[in-house]
Amino acid sequence: MNFDFLSNPDYDILGAFWVTVQLTLLAAAGSMIWGTILAAMRVSPVPLMRGFGTAYVNIFRNTPLTLILIAMSVVLSNKLGLVLASKSSPTFIKDNNFRLAVLGLVIYTSTFVCESIRSGINTVPAGQAEAARAIGLRFSQVLWIVILPQALRSVVAPLASVLIALTKNTTVASAIGVAEASLLMSTMVENESDALLGVFSIFALGFVVLTLPTGLLLGWVANKATVKR
Amino acid sequence: MSSAATVLYDHPGPKAKARNLIFSIIFGVLLVLLVLWVLDKLNSKGELTAKKWEPFTTSNVWSNFLLPGLGATIKAAVLSVIIALPIGAILAVGRLSDHRWVRWPAAVVVEFFRAIPVLILMVFAGEFYFQYTDVPSESRPLFAVVTALVLYNASVLAEIFRAGIRSLPHGQTEAAQAIGLRKTQMMVLILLPQALTAMLPAIVSQLVVVLKDTALGSIFVGYAELLRQANNLTANFSNSVATYTVIAVLYISMNFILSMLASWLEKLMRNRRGGGKHVPRALDPELEVRA
Repeated sequence: MNFDFLSNPDYDILGAFWVTVQLTLLAAAGSMIWGTILAAMRVSPVPLMRGFGTAYVNIFRNTPLTLILIAMSVVLSNKLGLVLASKSSPTFIKDNNFRLAVLGLVIYTSTFVCESIRSGINTVPAGQAEAARAIGLRFSQVLWIVILPQALRSVVAPLASVLIALTKNTTVASAIGVAEASLLMSTMVENESDALLGVFSIFALGFVVLTLPTGLLLGWVANKATVKR
Repeated sequence: MSSAATVLYDHPGPKAKARNLIFSIIFGVLLVLLVLWVLDKLNSKGELTAKKWEPFTTSNVWSNFLLPGLGATIKAAVLSVIIALPIGAILAVGRLSDHRWVRWPAAVVVEFFRAIPVLILMVFAGEFYFQYTDVPSESRPLFAVVTALVLYNASVLAEIFRAGIRSLPHGQTEAAQAIGLRKTQMMVLILLPQALTAMLPAIVSQLVVVLKDTALGSIFVGYAELLRQANNLTANFSNSVATYTVIAVLYISMNFILSMLASWLEKLMRNRRGGGKHVPRALDPELEVRA
């Protein structure tokens, strides 16, 4: 295998993976917040919020991420005029696309976070909610003080697989030109045609390094966090 | 689900009903305002005029762009699943083998292809076919898309099968051994068929993932699937909002029908097995969520 391309300064492989990591972390934080709110809506007593939550999840979970990200750029930014970076900045296009990609990833990933948390709510014994209601807590208190803290502990494992899927999904951001790992790889396989296998192994290794420890670490956390019943 | 939803709050009395109504109205007004703002913006950009949406009522647009795109999407998805199913079954049996030299390679293959993004596989496969094979250039995109989807989904299906085989009652293995079946016979005649039926809902929901992932073919390898047709349509009619809306509706309805089919199958199986005695619910948590 030929690894000469590693010494070529044109290819900032670590930089590209750093963008992948940034996309992952920002989108993970956003999806966690928005996904929890969606889950709260889906179990709330307000019918319209329940309906909105259900419709949102069914629509965005069933749309290809590629389509969501392209729509972010073509529809949301170009037609609706949503600009997420300062237009006078010299890196405007780059910043705007990066932030649109994060937003698109949040819109898509939050549906999976929402469904995981909702299934976690189901694992909390009914007695917990009944006891909370019996001492006079309101719905919002029942949910935020009693149910969600217990539910979140039991969904660490499914949320870990959502996070791993998100890490892999950040590659789709290349569809709107975000300079992350897959965009660099597609340039490199064309330029370094004699080193195809080497290029592939480096990028595959990069993703294994990103996803494997995440899985192991969060698997350990999941074991620690689960409420033993 | 409904039981947990109702256990979280009391049956609403007159006061709670009024409060819920107020929340509904506030939330509803906010939603309506958002929709109006979007429509107003689109209108000011001239995206809502009949001229932009009319193309979708003509048979020409459907027969030249949307239906061929839809066909290519379905073709790639169906081919991928048909090829991935037997490979997945072989990998699952491999991972359950008694021999370490079979178990380990199977485990490495499954874990490797689950850890790396499909898009990376697709870029690699596209370039690989270009350099090392004489696959004609017009079918190379299809080959690249199907190869990447097969490698990934065979690994995911292998884990689904493995979970299915392990969820079977131990008596099945014991009975097969008692009547003197060899290990291969036991696997092929007794365990795999049952695992396949038990895991049918999970396999159908994996179809949704495959169908969505075919859209990755539009990014680097240039496969002329449904999403790729958007470029041709917007180039002809410059109606990006209308085009992406129609394409999204097509994807969502296909995937929604598949999801419905999966949950229908799951219900059917639970009833057939007499109250859900052996239907595996809590699988490997990783299989529960396939983003």
